[in-house]
Amino acid sequence: MSHERKLRLKTLIMVFAMMVCATTGDSLLKRGMSEIGPVALTRGGLFQAFQLAMSSRTIWLAILFLIGFMLSNMTVLSWADYSYVMPASAIGYVAVTFVGMTLLGETVSPRRWIGVALICVGVFLVGQTKPSTSAVAQAVP
Amino acid sequence: MIRTAATLAIFVLSGSAGELAVTHGMKKAGAPDHLRIQPVIRFLGRAFRNGWFWVGVPLMALSFYLLMVLLSWEPISLVIPASALSYVVGTLGAKYILKEDVNGVRWAGVLLVCVGVAIVAAG
Repeated sequence: MSHERKLRLKTLIMVFAMMVCATTGDSLLKRGMSEIGPVALTRGGLFQAFQLAMSSRTIWLAILFLIGFMLSNMTVLSWADYSYVMPASAIGYVAVTFVGMTLLGETVSPRRWIGVALICVGVFLVGQTKPSTSAVAQAVP
Repeated sequence: MIRTAATLAIFVLSGSAGELAVTHGMKKAGAPDHLRIQPVIRFLGRAFRNGWFWVGVPLMALSFYLLMVLLSWEPISLVIPASALSYVVGTLGAKYILKEDVNGVRWAGVLLVCVGVAIVAAG
């Protein structure tokens, strides 16, 4: 496999990992915080919410996925361009829309579909460019 | 109005600056030899000891704090779409600070993603 193809594959794997971790982490966090209920913005309310959050398995699982997102983001940026990874990771908005529609039965407005279509075309165009153009990344084995 | 615009500008600039600093730090740390557990753990060890990473984290924290402040002043349907400007600012930073080669196709992709995210985030 050529160097560029290997680099592209590695980058796509990591962007996919970022998307899965961010989407799952955000969804779990939303579910966990909904279980806790509305947080009162007082010292007592915040302390109680913190205690409840720290004893929630769902929230700990969300934190684990969000750490996974951060680590995969750091790893991919060690060889790939920021201007490649940042727009490519916007594909998460598309994933969230499909997850919401298929698993949660949410209705997606035509305006949102237009946004999703623009993101898909944008990510496709960015995907046509070289994942790394900086001097450091060229030396990646 | 001026207060919101200025805070929005600092929010976008600090977030992008933080991410650019982290990216620079990761490049300095050097990529893992292979995508296996041991090389990735060694890479993360180098990454967390890199000064640029610790420059980026407080800038991103400042950006997150300003997002909370903006959300307390303005409706979410204005703040989140406006934050999509980060795609353009981040790409400008990548081109002129990190010296990445951003060609016309990538710019077109970034602009479409920016508009798409703004539309999706507006709900």
